[in-house]
Amino acid sequence: MSDTTVILDATAIQRALTRIAHEIAERNERSNEVALVGIPVGGDHLAARLAKILAGIWNHPVPFGILDTAMHRDDLDQRMAPTIHPTIIPFDVNGKTIVLVDDVLFSGRTTRAAMDALNDFGRPKKIQLAVLVDRGHRELPIKADFIGKNVPTAADEKISLLLTEAGAAQDEVILKKK
Amino acid sequence: MAWTQKHLLDIESLTAEEITTVLDTARGFKAVGERAIKKVPALRGKTVVNLFVEPSTRTRTSFELAATRLSADIVNFSTEASSFKKGETLKDTALNLQALNADFIIIRHSASGAPHFLSRVLNAHVINAGDGAHEHPTQALLDAFTIREKKGKIAGLNVTILGDILYSRVARSDIWTLTKLGAKVTLCGPATLVPKTFEQMGCRVTYDVDEAIRDADIINLLRIQHERQRKTMFPSIGEYTQLFGLNKARFAKIKPDALIMHPGPINRGVEIDSEIADCSRSVILEQVTNGLAVRMAVLFLVNGGKV
Repeated sequence: MSDTTVILDATAIQRALTRIAHEIAERNERSNEVALVGIPVGGDHLAARLAKILAGIWNHPVPFGILDTAMHRDDLDQRMAPTIHPTIIPFDVNGKTIVLVDDVLFSGRTTRAAMDALNDFGRPKKIQLAVLVDRGHRELPIKADFIGKNVPTAADEKISLLLTEAGAAQDEVILKKK
Repeated sequence: MAWTQKHLLDIESLTAEEITTVLDTARGFKAVGERAIKKVPALRGKTVVNLFVEPSTRTRTSFELAATRLSADIVNFSTEASSFKKGETLKDTALNLQALNADFIIIRHSASGAPHFLSRVLNAHVINAGDGAHEHPTQALLDAFTIREKKGKIAGLNVTILGDILYSRVARSDIWTLTKLGAKVTLCGPATLVPKTFEQMGCRVTYDVDEAIRDADIINLLRIQHERQRKTMFPSIGEYTQLFGLNKARFAKIKPDALIMHPGPINRGVEIDSEIADCSRSVILEQVTNGLAVRMAVLFLVNGGKV
């Protein structure tokens, strides 16, 4: 595993999420309008963690949900059918400021699919995007509002988020060179 | 995820993992059906042809709605209005449909193997919606989905299939699906319609209906397939009802949590007592709801499959 590098360790992930939560709070003055929506796999757990930190900042619970993007992808006939994860949006998205949460921002295609999927549930007032890692190589005009860490990468490298909620021994973001 | 098949032709050639992938995917699509907006763009721009060379209402409608909810365009092509009556062969009809850029062909045909034949001559994805007495894969998948949803598992359950097994494509697909997933399948019905040779498929055959249903977690009733029987296989409908029908006396002796299933169309008062068909342990209408989700899942999965 000599070609694997740890980009963020557990402390760095926690610090990044705390900073993102404060930036979300700074950007959105009407805290009762904000809801978080995580994109599985990875973003769903991050959304839950961010909701908890934000609840501490705002002193009220912050709703969060999970949004699967598989049915809205633009490459469905070019690849093996993706796994469909449960979508759980336990609040009305109409009029809300929805912060989409993803682990890694890469081509931007998942974000595009997520925005389409979210519109099936209503019309949010605003959609913002929070990512733990922005690795570049965008294929669509999409930009994150809140970024944990910018990581310059080669297109064939792979970035993975490991979280204890998903069964990992410790929280880590690792980069694998091909 | 473990789905690389370009077609869905039968259950016999699928692995347990592939079957489970369909059931997991269908769970996601069932949730879509419960939303205010029940449509997703997964098959936008694709054309689906329902080629039904044998009458069917529920399967055709279910596939039609499944394709529509995936944003595909759907064309219905039935025997009554088709050129089969004018002497065109199945292959020529299918090639004509492909020339119109059909991406999926859903076929029901009275000849076993018709979908397999089409898959060899066409580039389109082929889905078997019932071929002769051979297989009806989506029915078996929706049965398995319903059982798993209600019971939380399939492995280890006792499933009894009661009725006309010999002429039933549902029975064959159900047997393949459920035995692959680890259920214990028992077949029961008149000896003429339940040959012992079915034991080679990994299930048990008995002619004692009370014994067959006593320990069953699932009782799946099948209709007598009058249209497929060449000669009289049992003396009368009345006698069948008396000997094998699920009546109140038999119902009183089954496990209290046993589920009653039926692929439809049901013949009230023949294989099932009318009140039992409508009781809370009957999941017959839920099977219809789940059929839609399973067919969406199948279209979604084969769309990603390559040869």
